[in-house]
Amino acid sequence: MSVHQLLAVGLDGPAHYFTWGPIQISLANLVVIAIIVILFVLAIVLPFPKSKSRP
Amino acid sequence: MLPPDKLLPETQPVYVQSWIYVFGVATLAALLFVIASGLLLTLMGPAWYHVSSKGHFVNSVHLWSVELFFVFMVVHLWGKFWMAAWRGRRAMTWITGVVSFLTSIGTAFTGYLVQTNFDSQWISSEAKDGLNSVGIGAWFNVTNFGQMLLFHVALLPLVVGFLVAWHIVLVRKRGVVPPLEAQETGAQL
Repeated sequence: MSVHQLLAVGLDGPAHYFTWGPIQISLANLVVIAIIVILFVLAIVLPFPKSKSRP
Repeated sequence: MLPPDKLLPETQPVYVQSWIYVFGVATLAALLFVIASGLLLTLMGPAWYHVSSKGHFVNSVHLWSVELFFVFMVVHLWGKFWMAAWRGRRAMTWITGVVSFLTSIGTAFTGYLVQTNFDSQWISSEAKDGLNSVGIGAWFNVTNFGQMLLFHVALLPLVVGFLVAWHIVLVRKRGVVPPLEAQETGAQL
């Protein structure tokens, strides 16, 4: 099996969905939202590299 | 109105040294990729981006730069919301940002409608019911391919481009918003 085949995501089957009462969301959309939340938290928490030329 | 040193400043206040301040310009960088790849797709046409490998690549660049555009824009939106970025006569900066976000959603949506595949047929027929149910279906027809294509490649990009340009000029004019705990000085206004 090639690297491309290992990395490929199968899009031929039906999407996975989560349902909580009136809320229904696909796994793919949930992953994107999770990435945005993680990125937001990291942007707040991680220190910004300081410039060497300017104090 | 805007002298060169204010339009392209060499220094920024110290609080800008934070990752949360990076996401505005990251959104802009992603938008440039969206526009460049979109122009190329417009030049070459659907037969090219559906069939050739180079066309597939540019089509994918267009899709993934849009994904990044929205990811960065949402982080930018949250960051600015939680620091109340409309402070210090920046209300119009906030408003142009919100309206360009909403217009971008419409632009991306019409993009999904003009893929010329079964996916776009499915999305347009589902969206027509959805838009009719909220009472705005009479203003435009999402199953009208010609109308949606012109919305996507002409009308909405012009509106987004104008709003983003206005937003950036206002950011440069009023300066980036300081964090809530920081004291505003004249230099930042």
